[in-house]
Amino acid sequence: MTTNDVVVEKRSLRSASLREAPVGTTGWFREWQLALPLALAFAALFVAPLLLLAAVSFYNDEKLSQPGFGSWLKFFGDPFNYKVMADTLLLGAKTVCATVLIGYPLALVYLDLSPRLQKVLLFVIVMPLLLSVVVRTFAWIVMLGREGVVNSVLIGLGVISEPLKLLQTELGLVIALTQIEMPLMLLPLISVMSRLDPNLRDASAALGASRWRTLFTVILPLSMPGLVAGCLLVFASSTTAFISQTVIGGVRLIYLPLVIWQQALAVYHWPLAAVASLALVVSVLSVVAALSWLGRRSGGYVHG
Amino acid sequence: MRDMGRRQSLADISYGLVIGGLALLAVTIIVAPVVIVLMTSFTEGQTIKFPPKGFSLAWYEVLFDASKSRQIHRTAGNSLEIACFSTLFGVVLGTLASLGLARNRSRLARAADSFFMSPLVLPGITYGLAALVYFSLLGFRPSLDLMIAGHLVVTLPFILRTTTASLSQLDPALLDSSQSLGASWLYTLRRVTLPLIAPGIAAGAFLAFMASIDNVPVSLFLSNARTDTLPIRMWGMMESTLDVRVAAVSGVLITAAFVLMLVMEWTVGLTRRMRD
Repeated sequence: MTTNDVVVEKRSLRSASLREAPVGTTGWFREWQLALPLALAFAALFVAPLLLLAAVSFYNDEKLSQPGFGSWLKFFGDPFNYKVMADTLLLGAKTVCATVLIGYPLALVYLDLSPRLQKVLLFVIVMPLLLSVVVRTFAWIVMLGREGVVNSVLIGLGVISEPLKLLQTELGLVIALTQIEMPLMLLPLISVMSRLDPNLRDASAALGASRWRTLFTVILPLSMPGLVAGCLLVFASSTTAFISQTVIGGVRLIYLPLVIWQQALAVYHWPLAAVASLALVVSVLSVVAALSWLGRRSGGYVHG
Repeated sequence: MRDMGRRQSLADISYGLVIGGLALLAVTIIVAPVVIVLMTSFTEGQTIKFPPKGFSLAWYEVLFDASKSRQIHRTAGNSLEIACFSTLFGVVLGTLASLGLARNRSRLARAADSFFMSPLVLPGITYGLAALVYFSLLGFRPSLDLMIAGHLVVTLPFILRTTTASLSQLDPALLDSSQSLGASWLYTLRRVTLPLIAPGIAAGAFLAFMASIDNVPVSLFLSNARTDTLPIRMWGMMESTLDVRVAAVSGVLITAAFVLMLVMEWTVGLTRRMRD
C-alpha cells in the first residue's frame, strides 16, 4: 500500500460526502449563506424604508405627532386626486398602445433579418436604453417645439399648415414616452419571438394562410408572453416617468409622481406624500398583476 | 386557384407595406431624437433650433471650461463617484448572493431571488421617498454615502440577473469534476466558476453602472444642493432656461454610451445577454 493509494481513497471519500450534500460544502458552511450579506443590506436599505413609509402614512400632520387615518381620508376625499390617478393610468395605457402599435411590427421585421442585421438592429434598440432618460427627454423638447423637427417635417410634407402645439400636451408626452419606453417593449418581445420555431410560419404559409392570417393565428398567440412582459414594463415605467412627465407635460398636466414630489419636497407633508406614493404603487402594481394574470391565461389557452 | 393566388399576394403586399411602414416609423422614432440632439449640440447660435445654425464646438468649449461650468463638473463627479461605489458594492453582494441562490431549486431560494429583483418593478419614486423618510428619521444628513446606498438597491437587480443567467448556463459537470478531482469549494470557485461567469458579472456591472448614472427618482429625494447628480442638474437646466450646454452634455453622454456599449458588445456580448 503506497501513499498514492491513501490519497485516492481520501479523495473518493471526499467526493462521496460531497455528493450527499451537493449544495453545501464542509462544516457549518452552506452555499445559500452567501446570500445573507445581500439579504441584510436589503432588509436595512429596502424593506425597512418601505415599512416606515407605510407607517408614516398613518399620521395626520406634517410633524408626525398625531397618528390616524387623516392623510388617507384627505387624499381619497379629494376628487382631484381621483382624476390625477385616472390620468396617470391612462397615460400608461396610451403609451403601451403606441409602443405595441409600432414596436410589434419592428419585432416582426427583426425576425426576417439576417443574423448580421439582427445584431445591428438589436444594438440600435438597446442603445437608447443606456442613454440617460434626461437626455432622451431633452431630445424630445428639441423635436416637439413649435419650430421643432416634427412640426417642420409635417409642414414640409403639407400635412398641416399651422404648427401643432405638442409640448405641454398629452399627445406630445405620449410620443416622447413611446420612444423612451420602446426598448422595454422590444427586448422581451424579441427574446420570445426569436425562440419561435420558424417551421411553424413556413407550415402556415404552405397550408395557404396569408401572412396576415399567419400573424394573427400563429405568431401573435405564441408571442403573447413576450408581448405581455413588454406591456408590463412599459406601463410600470411610463406611469412613474417623473422627468418626462414634468418636462414635456409641463405644469398643467398633473400626474401622480408630480403630486408625490410636491407633497414631499415643496409642501413637506410626508404623510400625504406617503399616501400618494402608496396609491401609485397599488394602482400600478394591480394593473400589472391583472395583465400578467391575463397573459398567463392566454398562454395556457394557446398551449393547452 | 389562380384567383386565390392573387388574393394572397395582395394580402402579402399589404402586409409588407403596413408592417414595414410601422417598423420604419419605429426605427425613425428610436434613432431620430438621438441624432438630432447630437447635431444641435454643434450649433453656433445661442438657442436650440433645428436645423442648427452653422457648425462649431463653441458649446463644448463652454462645457469643458472649468470655471464657466463648475457646477456641471461637480455634479458629474458626484454621479461618477456614486455609480462607481454602488456598482462595486453591488457586484460583491450580488455575485455572492447569485452564487448562493442560482443553483438552489428550493422554494425559499426562488422567493429570495424574486425579492432581490423587486426594486425593478417598484416605482422608483416610491422607493426614493421611502429612503428620504427613513434616512431623515434616523437622523442622517444628505450625503454621497446615502446616495450610494439608495443606488445600490435600485441597480442591484441588473447584476443579479446577468450573473444568475450565466451561472445557470454553467455546465454542472465542470464543477462536479473539479470537486471530484479533489479541488476545494473555494479553489473551484476561483479557478472554474468565476472565470466562466466573469462576462455575465461584467455585463451586469455595466448595466448597473449606467442605471446609476441615469437614476433620477432616488437622487431626486436623497440629494441636496451639495450632493446632486448630473441628471438632476440637467433637469434643473431644462426646467429654467433652455441652456444649449444641455445639448453639449447630451452629446458627451451619447458618445460615451455609444463607445462603452461597443466595447461591452465586443468583450462580453452585451445585447445578446439583454435579449436572453
